Amino acid sequence: MPETLKETTPDPTVEATAAPVPAAAAGKPRSLWSDAWHDLRRSPLFVVSAILIVFLLVMAVFPGLFTGADPRYADLAHHYLQKPKWGNFFQEDWFGYDIQGRSIYARVVYGARASIMVAVVVTVLVTVLGTVVGMLAGYFGGWIDTILSRVTDIFFGVPFILGAMVVLTSFAERHIWVVILALAFLGWTQIARVARGSVLTIKQADYVMAAKALGASTTRILLRHILPNAIAPVIVVATIALGGYISAEATLSFLGIGLAEPTVSWGVDISSGQEQLRNAAFVLIIPSVMVSITVLAFIMLGDAVRNALDPKLR
Amino acid sequence: MAELKKEPVDATPNVAEVGTVNAATEAEAVAAVDAPVAQGEPILQVRNLVKHFPLTQGILFKKQVGAVKAVDGISFDLYAGETLGIVGESGCGKSTVAKLLMTLERATAGEVFYKGQDITKLSGRALKAVRRNIQMVFQDPYTSLNPRMTVGDIIGETFEIHPEVAPKGERRRKVQDLLDVVGLNPEYINRYPHQFSGGQRQRIGIARGLALNPEIIICDEPVSALDVSVQAQVINLMEKLQDEFNLSYLFIAHDLSIVRHISDRVGVMYLGKMAEIGTDTQIYDHPTHPYTQALLSAVPVPDPDAREGRERIILSGDVPSPANPPSGCRFRTRCWKAQDKCATEVPLLAVPERFRASDTPAAHESACHFAEEKDVVHAA
Amino acid sequence: MTIIDKTADVPAPRGSNDESGPLLEVRDLHVEFHTRDGVAKAVNGVNYNVSAGETLAVLGESGSGKSVTAQAIMGILDMPPGRIPKGEILFRGQDMLKMSNEERRQIRGQKIAMIFQDALSSLNPVLSVGYQLGEMFRVHKGMSKKDAKAKAIALMDRVRIPAAKERINDYPHQFSGGMRQRIMIAMALALEPDLIIADEPTTALDVTVQAQVMDLLAELQRDFNMGLILITHDLGVVADVADKIAVMYAGRIVETAPVHEIYKRPAHPYTKGLLESIPRLDQKGQELYAIKGLPPNLLHVPSGCAFNPRCTMAQDICRTDIPALLPVTERDGTELVGRGSACHFWKETIHG
Repeated sequence: MPETLKETTPDPTVEATAAPVPAAAAGKPRSLWSDAWHDLRRSPLFVVSAILIVFLLVMAVFPGLFTGADPRYADLAHHYLQKPKWGNFFQEDWFGYDIQGRSIYARVVYGARASIMVAVVVTVLVTVLGTVVGMLAGYFGGWIDTILSRVTDIFFGVPFILGAMVVLTSFAERHIWVVILALAFLGWTQIARVARGSVLTIKQADYVMAAKALGASTTRILLRHILPNAIAPVIVVATIALGGYISAEATLSFLGIGLAEPTVSWGVDISSGQEQLRNAAFVLIIPSVMVSITVLAFIMLGDAVRNALDPKLR
Repeated sequence: MAELKKEPVDATPNVAEVGTVNAATEAEAVAAVDAPVAQGEPILQVRNLVKHFPLTQGILFKKQVGAVKAVDGISFDLYAGETLGIVGESGCGKSTVAKLLMTLERATAGEVFYKGQDITKLSGRALKAVRRNIQMVFQDPYTSLNPRMTVGDIIGETFEIHPEVAPKGERRRKVQDLLDVVGLNPEYINRYPHQFSGGQRQRIGIARGLALNPEIIICDEPVSALDVSVQAQVINLMEKLQDEFNLSYLFIAHDLSIVRHISDRVGVMYLGKMAEIGTDTQIYDHPTHPYTQALLSAVPVPDPDAREGRERIILSGDVPSPANPPSGCRFRTRCWKAQDKCATEVPLLAVPERFRASDTPAAHESACHFAEEKDVVHAA
Repeated sequence: MTIIDKTADVPAPRGSNDESGPLLEVRDLHVEFHTRDGVAKAVNGVNYNVSAGETLAVLGESGSGKSVTAQAIMGILDMPPGRIPKGEILFRGQDMLKMSNEERRQIRGQKIAMIFQDALSSLNPVLSVGYQLGEMFRVHKGMSKKDAKAKAIALMDRVRIPAAKERINDYPHQFSGGMRQRIMIAMALALEPDLIIADEPTTALDVTVQAQVMDLLAELQRDFNMGLILITHDLGVVADVADKIAVMYAGRIVETAPVHEIYKRPAHPYTKGLLESIPRLDQKGQELYAIKGLPPNLLHVPSGCAFNPRCTMAQDICRTDIPALLPVTERDGTELVGRGSACHFWKETIHG
């Protein structure tokens, strides 16, 4: 080693401050989630779907903001299948009246609550149950995995709608919670599979090994290291599935085994609207369009979130 | 494991008898683990360590159809304050040794004595105390740090797991001190790993390893994922820390030049067995095992003139599968010296007979029936 | 051994009249990537050339632009986000950047082939290696299945895969790392290209296997008189096989030299620092020399010489003026053939 370059270890602090790294130069700490959020805000897909979803959620929580009309008030004498008045924005007669003379606009607004509540609550239940099952199976492996995965497979093998039909027909009274529990009971398997796969990958990571080497407890490893890193694909799947539960509720209601009158829901209205398909198609089409828009909004949101969280872009 | 019994397990006449401690209670075990060890005394003693990974078939009813013999009976000592380098190619079991010493994997057989305590048999509080004293630095700085946690959380987690090391109020300051020690700006405490370069991440990994004031750090390829110009920085840092904190390193790597630079002693592994072990001069300048010689001669040297005078031994073929290793000497299928004896008799890791009397540097442990000295590193 | 004989239906190389000129010439190539955080300037004016039978080693660390340059040559850059705002890539005198996609496709694979670091992910896991090798002959040369298979076996023999005939129907995962890299080499060789670009071909392999594969590559290059661009970060591998070296830093070539000279007398502080920071195998060193600081962020390449924040010799001029790659001469002014350095103080660096 020539004497001219006597430089030994650079003064560590000087080195670190003198030559900041790429991102460090950018300043603030940026977590993966804040990076994802940064991406999301710039994604038109996300902006459109988020506006739609916020709009729908407000409608579900405060239907009174959108209409003063009562969705259950029937005026057969005056409004029997009266056609929509497309110019009367946000008025009682905007979307016309159904066969019992009830305002379709009011029913669409109030129907959002049941439809969205079913979907949201089912999604939450399914995500929690699926994540727990998938995480335990994936992390512990062995006989725990064998048992949990077989159970998952059995549930997965049941066709979703058919299964829901079988379960629901065994209940005399189909309260909204019955529908929710039936859907959740059958729907968690997809999440469980995704979570298990995700955990299987994450548990190989060196940082999990590092935590074990430090003597971290299993609970700590699962909650601090595995869960936060394994959850991203679960969230994506859950968001997309949420749209699916809205259409599942509509399908079951349409078949007459989901929600039923007097509950106001889009599915219920689609079901009753089908009888007038020939002479007053709008009675069927309007709630159907609402279902489609909502499902689409959640699928778009899921896609946007997936793009933002895609590790390949990181 | 019938297979195991057929082969004679390496007798290790040159490894000192282990002074075991029989702790009756957990408290005694913890006390034994926390006792200091004098410089130059063995701090970690590995005896006939074996790890077989079972190969299974079937989904519901698994049955074992074989085993990958990742580590198949190795013994060595790590002395306080020294760096023991372990070299070998992929699949030789060197990373499994690291995991066994960290008790991240359960040994199939054999013992690892840390201050006289067999850590393969410990659990609970005593094991946690051992873990505080044996830490690890991982190969890949990109996967060894949890991307969802800040640097402060990553290093600070060690104190959450071992709260007795630092009281709650002091933790943040301790983390900042550690960042300073490894040459990072303490203000970076709230940043996330992806905001750092590979070299800086490895410094974070080292800070985490240092946090508990361990006595031993096991380094599994700590610089192989880094750029050449950054490798030297990290190596220098590790040497500085060793002096400062009186650490013992077990330095596992495939880069023979770096291992020579940092190690006091070097062990060469091949297919789960130790082929040769000795001081760095003994191994690099006076290798006696043909595998070591081939390995050294194959290293591309960044000096065309030096290279032209060197003899190059190009081995044929690949490393055999550890699931089905050759009988006798594991290296015989690629060895140019192999004879019938090599297929039937497992060579023991011992100082070869012919060198035993003399005082040459070739007199170090080598597991070859036909050990002879050959300088392959220096130009002829 | 003529395993791969020239067949008549291979079009004659374009511009083959100027055999004397370089096979491939890269002129003032710029590549940038448009990312969320700004424009990353990966390649900032690279010039190099390779002739038939010559090995050029492009040496650099991650982010130096060595691989991006190769991808630009192969036409496999992701565009967007990648963009080539400036530069020429001349293959036998013709600018490939101005060619149609079809013309480039004709060159890619047939005239210029590439070997990647990770052979496992570069081979299709669901097709047998024999099928993948034979595909080259079936698609590009219109051979029958049987002939293509025979060719594939011959090719596997050529890259010394033992028992080629029996292993022809095996899948990539059934081969070891070294054998897979041989298959990659066989695929690159299949159409007898004029130029092979090898991007870290042995980095993923063990030392003993590395030597085998490098030897094979060098031997094949000699036999077929191909040009070879070897992209690597390993100064040792370079010393073994290259004829000349181009050292890259932050998207520029900072030093060029015939291989023997660069190790003896580097003319750029970066090269010098790299050579000194590698521990030696044949002697126990003292503390390692370490280049201080970190490789540059391509979003904010330092002004002037990109190496200036890490350089021990940096002066004010280094922070303002980008040094050009100038010829390096002896003290008395005699030119050192093939040597160049992009340093304001190359004289001080090489002559001490």
